[in-house]
Amino acid sequence: MPAPIRLRELIRTIRTARTQAEEREMIQKECAAIRSSFREEDNTYRCRNVAKLLYMHMLGYPAHFGQLECLKLIASQKFTDKRIGYLGAMLLLDERQDVHLLMTNCIKNDLNHSTQYVQGLALCTLGCMGSSEMCRDLAGEVEKLLKTSNSYLRKKAALCAVHVIRKVPELMEMFLPATKNLLSEKNHGVLHTSVVLLTEMCERSPDMLAHFRKNEKLVPQLVRILKNLIMSGYSPEHDVSGISDPFLQVRILRLLRILGRSDDDSSEAMNDILAQVATNTETSKNVGNAILYETVLTIMDIKSESGLRVLAINILGRFLLNNDKNIRYVALTSLLKTVQTDHNAVQRHRSTIVDCLKDLDVSIKRRAMELSFALVNGNNIRGMMKELLYFLDSCDPEFKADCASGVFLAAEKYAPSKRWHIDTIMRVLTTAGSYVRDDSVPNLIQLITNSVEMHAYTVQRLYKALLDDISQQPLVQVASWCIGEYGDLLVSGQCEEEEPIQVTEDEVLDVLEGLLVSNLSTPVTRGYSLTAIMKLSTRFTSVNRIKKVVSIYGSSIDVELQQRAVEYNALFKKYDHMRPALLERMPIMEKSASNGPTEIVQTNGETEPSVEPKHPPPVTQPANQANDLLDLLGGNDVVPVIQTTMPTKPASAGGELLDLLGDLSLSGGPAPAPAPSVPTSQPPFLLDGLSSQPLFNDIAAAAIPPMTAYNKNGLKIDFTFERANPNPNIAVITIHASNSTEADMTDFVFQAAVPKTFQLQLLSPSSNVVPALNQGTVTQVIRVLNPQKQQLRMRIKLTYTLKGSPVQDLAEVNNFPPQSWQ
Amino acid sequence: VQNTVQHVLLQAEDMQQQIIRETFHLVSKRDDNVCNFLEGGSLIGGSDYKLIYRHYATLYFVFCVDSSESELGILDLIQVFVETLDKCFENVCELDLIFHMDKVHYILQEVVMGGMVLETNMNEITTQVDVQNRMEKSEGGLSAAPARAVSAVKNMNLPEIPRNINIGDINIKVPSLSPF
Repeated sequence: MPAPIRLRELIRTIRTARTQAEEREMIQKECAAIRSSFREEDNTYRCRNVAKLLYMHMLGYPAHFGQLECLKLIASQKFTDKRIGYLGAMLLLDERQDVHLLMTNCIKNDLNHSTQYVQGLALCTLGCMGSSEMCRDLAGEVEKLLKTSNSYLRKKAALCAVHVIRKVPELMEMFLPATKNLLSEKNHGVLHTSVVLLTEMCERSPDMLAHFRKNEKLVPQLVRILKNLIMSGYSPEHDVSGISDPFLQVRILRLLRILGRSDDDSSEAMNDILAQVATNTETSKNVGNAILYETVLTIMDIKSESGLRVLAINILGRFLLNNDKNIRYVALTSLLKTVQTDHNAVQRHRSTIVDCLKDLDVSIKRRAMELSFALVNGNNIRGMMKELLYFLDSCDPEFKADCASGVFLAAEKYAPSKRWHIDTIMRVLTTAGSYVRDDSVPNLIQLITNSVEMHAYTVQRLYKALLDDISQQPLVQVASWCIGEYGDLLVSGQCEEEEPIQVTEDEVLDVLEGLLVSNLSTPVTRGYSLTAIMKLSTRFTSVNRIKKVVSIYGSSIDVELQQRAVEYNALFKKYDHMRPALLERMPIMEKSASNGPTEIVQTNGETEPSVEPKHPPPVTQPANQANDLLDLLGGNDVVPVIQTTMPTKPASAGGELLDLLGDLSLSGGPAPAPAPSVPTSQPPFLLDGLSSQPLFNDIAAAAIPPMTAYNKNGLKIDFTFERANPNPNIAVITIHASNSTEADMTDFVFQAAVPKTFQLQLLSPSSNVVPALNQGTVTQVIRVLNPQKQQLRMRIKLTYTLKGSPVQDLAEVNNFPPQSWQ
Repeated sequence: VQNTVQHVLLQAEDMQQQIIRETFHLVSKRDDNVCNFLEGGSLIGGSDYKLIYRHYATLYFVFCVDSSESELGILDLIQVFVETLDKCFENVCELDLIFHMDKVHYILQEVVMGGMVLETNMNEITTQVDVQNRMEKSEGGLSAAPARAVSAVKNMNLPEIPRNINIGDINIKVPSLSPF
């Protein structure tokens, strides 16, 4: 048989193949030739054949039939055979093939071979692919070689030992004695691999770690070696760009990190050397930076003193300014890890980090974005948000969803004002609207509902945005919801924050109908717009048009739309009397307790937790108002006294929720009384639009102002209001009678009568003497049951004796604030 | 690096090729002025593994590492490896690597073992590799050709070789070939 072709020939031939099929043909032909050659058991050419087989394997063709041949080569006496045989074993064999166990004996013999290179080959193979059985069998041999004086073998034995330990952790103890004087070697290769071995042992076993710390005094040894490396002059062997064996330095730093973690003594011992490395290393090339980086990681991980930590973070900050992208990348990664623990130090580099948002590299941008969100706080929210919104505008789509969510979260936590919050949300919706997550729509709606004074502004802006673009579904959904709720504000041009636009009811309905028919709208969006149109039937006057639209959709193909339309139709026809009540303004929604008063107080840069303990969670509404109050007063000096009676604005006929602006009575007076009962008097609110009761958030009860019911002849009677819990139909009125004349009023009796639809209960008065000159008041509690929520009217009769003469008076009280009876 | 090598080897062969293809695809797309670190593709074990690469002329050297390696250090390691190749092959070029893939493996074996860095001193590495190459050569090398030629000649039946050839005044002394 002709001699098998040489490797070189084969490679050349294969490279001439022009198609995949041609190449496959050549390979198959050669494989066949090799197989017959193997069958002939020709020792001379076996190595050549296996070499060719390995080449073909590299190209991706199956080569398993060569496995046994590799074993035969390993068993041969020639170095060449062994070399290619071991290589073949490493590439073709692994634990899954039973064949590999046959190698064990060969390796054992070779580990004791007279030629060090053969021993080296054996160690290499064992260290790369030795299975646990092999490792168990041969661990003893490896351990012997670990103690040899031959540095070539010692370093290989060290790494082989690491592999053994990884495969069979119980054998770790066995290598302990051999490690005793590993570090006193001069040869850098041995030093390097020894440090790797020690690192592995320390990482795997806390006992080992403790042992090395105490008994072996590892830290001082490592510090000494490191010092020598730095101090020693130029050594051409180990020099890489002017630094002496950076690989070893990095390794040692890493081991120091493990030793110093959570251990004060060790950390102390390495403080100086770390400071030295940090300040003396050249940073012009990658090498120096690699060492510095490792030093920084070590400093941050051990119990270093604060000065050192600040130094470390500053180094990272310098890295951020480096031209080399790789350095910036690793710096951002490390800062991300440390931002939780050393927040303030990282804050100093905020502007550099924000600049990295504009980098061209995707990996850097992503890290900069994550880090920026971690750094946002109450103080820098405005500036940071500007940058982040700009980033949102211009970044790749893969970032937009995460960035949008991050913006919402940050805005929710740190928004300095409601208007700013809404503006920010608008910005996100208009620029990245299609990437916003699905759950943000309900969150946004809740937020908008709760920002009562911004309704007109919000709906106006959303309307304008809709006119521009109806393709971004989240934006469209939020906008149509708002128009449905606050459409009346829109057409009445009530906006205070900006120039009100002139828009007619028909124009608004045009827009909403446009959404219904547009191809861009998803079914969910259509549902929103249909409901919005329906709600406008109580707010607009052009009801007929709305009726028409609704009836058309009663035969829509979309089942959801059809159902809604049919129900709304029914509302128009059979239940018209309920329509206004059902389609009333939404009440303010309860948010989860976690966003309590504390959060909001922080927006002023204060950290006053003082407000929180007094108020149980349900009182978020007052808290929101407090936020507005603080905003209006613009100051940090207003102590958030949320106990004050909430100031109110008279409600409009639509029965809408109260806007809470206006006067703020910070003085004492009747104020304290209502407050404590406020939290208790709120029933859980009902968003269910089908209940027959008009929905009205009784938090407003907290806002019922006191009134003067009677003021004549020096006798003044004030009424203050509360709501009884649990029955919301009972108004609890406390009368306060005061006397400005010079003489006391004695035998004071207060009587009251109410219309038939009400029920009245008078409790006993505090006393029947009203002291002169406003020195005191008489109080009495009246409970009024008002199941039909009719306007409260009362006739009162007062009898008392003043200066000996009896006085009697009748009066009608009609000026009850609407909140008291609604 | 070790864990990844194992991981790759434990896949079926066609998976190996796919991993290689995906890696190449990811790396070749990269612009020259972005950083040299890439999160690994979906086939390579998840986010703990990173690809660190360097671009030399037409070649990419890609190292797949886990979090226990220093990224910047690996960049230097790649440089050391390439410089060693250069020394061993004398101005290495792409063809050298193709035609001597076994030698490349042997050099790599002196630098990295079991997925961990073994030796970074270039002189040390080149010395060891040289010695081993010479050992191979003395045995006849992979091709084993000289040995065959020698044995072939040995088996030839040569007639008696005259010791002296006299042609006129020229006297040629035939050197004696030592029997082998």
